[in-house]
Amino acid sequence: MNIEKKMSSRVTSELRWRCRRGMLELDILLNGFVEKKYTQLSADQKNTFNEVLDYPDQLLFDLFLGHMESSDNNVSELVQTIRQSASV
Amino acid sequence: MNIEDIPRRRFDALIIGAGGGGLRAALQLAEADASVAVVSKVFPTRSHTVAAQGGMNAALANVLPDNWHWHMFDTVKGSDYLGDQDAIEYMCRAAPKAVYEMEHFGVPFSRLDNGKIYQRPFGGQSQNFGGEQAARTCAAADRTGHAILHSLYQQNIRAKTHFFDEYFAVDLLKDEQGNVLGAYVFDIHSGEEIIIEAKTTLIATGGAGQLFRTTTNALINTGDGMGMALRAGVPLQDMEFFQFHPTGIAGRGMLITEGARGEGGYLVNAQGERFMERYAPTAKDLASRDVVSRSIYTEVKEGRGCGPDKDHVMLKLDHLPEDVLQSRLPGIRQTCITFLGIDPADKPIPVYPTAHYTMGGIPTNRQGQVVVPVKDTPEEPVTGLYAAGECACVSVHGANRLGGNSLLDILVFGRSAANHIIQYLKENRFHKALDENTIQKAYDRLHRWDDTSNSNGESVDDIRRDLQKVMEDNCGVFRTQDVLDNGMEEVSKLAQRLKNASITDQSELFNTARIEALELENLMDVALATVYSAAARTESRGAHSRIDYAERDDKSWMKHTLYSSEDRKLDYKPVRTKPMSVVSFPPKPRVY
Repeated sequence: MNIEKKMSSRVTSELRWRCRRGMLELDILLNGFVEKKYTQLSADQKNTFNEVLDYPDQLLFDLFLGHMESSDNNVSELVQTIRQSASV
Repeated sequence: MNIEDIPRRRFDALIIGAGGGGLRAALQLAEADASVAVVSKVFPTRSHTVAAQGGMNAALANVLPDNWHWHMFDTVKGSDYLGDQDAIEYMCRAAPKAVYEMEHFGVPFSRLDNGKIYQRPFGGQSQNFGGEQAARTCAAADRTGHAILHSLYQQNIRAKTHFFDEYFAVDLLKDEQGNVLGAYVFDIHSGEEIIIEAKTTLIATGGAGQLFRTTTNALINTGDGMGMALRAGVPLQDMEFFQFHPTGIAGRGMLITEGARGEGGYLVNAQGERFMERYAPTAKDLASRDVVSRSIYTEVKEGRGCGPDKDHVMLKLDHLPEDVLQSRLPGIRQTCITFLGIDPADKPIPVYPTAHYTMGGIPTNRQGQVVVPVKDTPEEPVTGLYAAGECACVSVHGANRLGGNSLLDILVFGRSAANHIIQYLKENRFHKALDENTIQKAYDRLHRWDDTSNSNGESVDDIRRDLQKVMEDNCGVFRTQDVLDNGMEEVSKLAQRLKNASITDQSELFNTARIEALELENLMDVALATVYSAAARTESRGAHSRIDYAERDDKSWMKHTLYSSEDRKLDYKPVRTKPMSVVSFPPKPRVY
């Protein structure tokens, strides 16, 4: 395995672990998204995704379940993309 | 690496698990100036306590008349008389104080207009020993678990608890006399292994909902502490009692609340038949949870399930006026839109029974000490070892947990265990010497997964998927002797397959494949405990509901099951029917 591949598998593992949350709903949304769609994001969107992973679980839950909307357009768009990928 | 070279850290107390139970204990200990380490495989505020939305019970009598003795009665009755009445009395008496403490730690409980803490009514709550509905559940809106977890975490930071975030505990460490003296852990980021020596160790790792294919539990709920206890020679208690909810989203697990059927929703099979009319002609879709769960299972088993795999039934809400859905069931609507891409106003929801709560666990007394049978003594404390919360069985939930009692359980017994630890630390000021064999065993368990000679071994993912399916089919809501015997055989085969499994990722850094393998080993041990305990109990009690033994049998079965990994042996011990100070509640039919 070359260094680049090794690094990318590590990044994915780390990312997958950060997607392990206290709520099943978030596990399904975040893990499903990382498996299926994360690689298709732009560098900026990947940064937003990483920022969003630092949010508390309850806030993520409220955003994803439509109880709340982010005032940050980047976050808001990402939330919509993740929601759409979950129901496919 | 030689085990002598593995770094060692020393603490007065080690807490494994950073949910509400672990953090409550850690705080009590840190405030008593004990040195406390908390090991958690995920960042603490991502523990499963965060998902507890309902609230916590306490007889504050802020809304309706109430007292702890009525709360105790409801809990004993809810447990189908398998709960230990001394522990239940202790918990119900301690409940108001637990609420006030949490409020002082910063939990913003919802309020009444008069400023007092708001309390909502929940199923199973009564006034005056089975009379009118009581209102006993204190909540911080619909985010009580989140509020409790965050408040406790912040308090622990203030009190200087030492956190090992994203560390995985492999096994407990003991000395030659069997005293528990810490745990073998590793850093998930770097793979670095550490021996944590502790005068006392508290397991607070939560439940094991991942045993089942359809569950409300997060992925982290893999029964790690229960697996560790079994491997340390501690039996698990009452594992046959697992609470299921009849309507989870099929294939996903999250709950569709009973409120959906309460508002007029009903279940249909593939033929569009409203099948609950056959199973419960009077109550129909509002029959008790176990009846609805079993009916759904039977429809699917007999080929009347919906979908391409005929593996679920449908919950219809599309006949309800849209304003009812929007005003009374907004959460359900959003959940369905998000996870299924369907609006229940237009289409029915695919549902299947979902595993929710582990009533059984590591046997403890009400001081949180882990207790095991030794010769003629059924409850001999294991020196240095404690457990609290869903991983423990104290036993306040018995055969069935009441809503609002799980957050209470973790806070009351997390605190109680810490108080006993503080006392123990006063009397035991020095670390005992570890047995090197116990370290070697933990090391070997971890490094068994480094073996590359077996690179064609079975995949961990496949075995976990098979285990969850076998448990759902053979130890779920439909239980007969044949079904459970088949379950024992199938889980035993899977345990054998796991011995030959391998992982391809051999990196040290963030090796999640290795963690999932270790988690599956824990799940497998817990699955064996669950199915062996269930096959032996020839009665129906609480959540353990059998077709072939439909009645509760107090004469033969008012006793706790104890399952040991060694020879998969079952033992039993009496229920503690004598409370601390009041008269015992004798068993009666559990009708509501």
